[in-house]
Amino acid sequence: MTGERRSLPVLPAALLMLVSMAPAVRRFLEASMTAQMLVQLPLLVAVGWLASRAVPARVLARVERWNRSGVSGLILATAVAAFWMLPRSLDASTSQPLVAAAKYLSVPLLVGLPIALSWRRMGFVVRGLILAELVATCFRLGWLYRISPIRLCSSYGLDDQQRLGGYLLAVGGGLLVWLGWKLLWGRFETPSTARPQEGRGYREPVQTLHCRMPASVASIRSAPSRSPERKERATMARSIEVIPTARSV
Amino acid sequence: MTGLRTALASAALLLGSAVGLAAATDGFAAFTTETARRVAVRRHPVELPAVTLESDAGTRFTLADLRGRWLLVDFIYTRCPTVCSALGGDFARLERELAGPIAQGRIRLVSISFDPAHDTPAQLAAYLGRFGARNAAWQAARPLTAEGLRRLTAAFGVTVIPDGGGGYTHNAAIHLVDPDGRLADIFDPGHPERVSETVLGNLDP
Repeated sequence: MTGERRSLPVLPAALLMLVSMAPAVRRFLEASMTAQMLVQLPLLVAVGWLASRAVPARVLARVERWNRSGVSGLILATAVAAFWMLPRSLDASTSQPLVAAAKYLSVPLLVGLPIALSWRRMGFVVRGLILAELVATCFRLGWLYRISPIRLCSSYGLDDQQRLGGYLLAVGGGLLVWLGWKLLWGRFETPSTARPQEGRGYREPVQTLHCRMPASVASIRSAPSRSPERKERATMARSIEVIPTARSV
Repeated sequence: MTGLRTALASAALLLGSAVGLAAATDGFAAFTTETARRVAVRRHPVELPAVTLESDAGTRFTLADLRGRWLLVDFIYTRCPTVCSALGGDFARLERELAGPIAQGRIRLVSISFDPAHDTPAQLAAYLGRFGARNAAWQAARPLTAEGLRRLTAAFGVTVIPDGGGGYTHNAAIHLVDPDGRLADIFDPGHPERVSETVLGNLDP
């Protein structure tokens, strides 16, 4: 039973990985700069993100001790993503099998997975900052690719580079609209669904956990909650209510 | 405690990232393959393979046969409407500016075609004629086998991609080969004065 539970969540990630590795698919994904940057790399990030569901709770707990507010994961993912955005890395991954293997391993494991494990731990400000920076990166690269008269990748033509630039501007614009919509009408601190199964996955860390609270409240918070989301929110609301009194004590 | 551990982990990751990215970009100097190959040959000149070439005059030779002189080498295809014309113009100007050392046999110019199926000796001679090549010190040549072409472009770091319309997209550059037959420097087209300056500087001692 447990084995079955453990193996299922990794299935989508494994399938996506296998599909993206199929020679014909890989040839298509690396035939143009546009496909490599806008389809292949995001696909590999998605593989890592999906794979995060299969990480056992024991490992998660250990990682979380080193990853407060998702900071470490964010740094790791950003650095590795930056490496795979270098034109020479794109070139090398299409011509050198070893570099290609490194790409297929590192983008899911060192970008997608850390982001998935860190995103929910990040605060509202950090998430907003990352999204804004993502939009800015799309605009910067898009603009550069549109106007540069020099080919940045030896393996791809100038027309390809300029087309990618246009798409990047469009993606950045789309993200910006979405971000604006969220700012005006949406919520950032969505308490996304805590996973109902016990012992696997991880629950939404409640922000108030970081506050100092009296033992009575802490005991409410740490009460075993196999409860669905609604109950947890109620718990959170209770703990928030109690904190002012705790301060006055 | 979690905060302290995270700070430690983050610091280690930041340091590792900086070192890794520096290594991956030759100390933040080369972000593209083209720049990377220039940085690389300047640091470590590249031995070139002895590939048999057929010249515009129909004679056969290898780059190794030309050792003892400085060589300026570019890669072209004669039907090229754009970049290769710029390269041809640069070579014509270099041939004029370096006329002295060329006459002494200390410098040679070689234009190598990566379209050997089309670029026969006659086509190569016509190409030289179009740019007003004045003497035999500027040769055009084609490799005789596909394998030879592959080895040459790999050693020089030239990437050629068919553009779908019968032409090619390729990185254009002027390559400097030293008298030991090693690729020693690479220059952008469009600035022949930089090339002649470097070559003349190398000739003096």
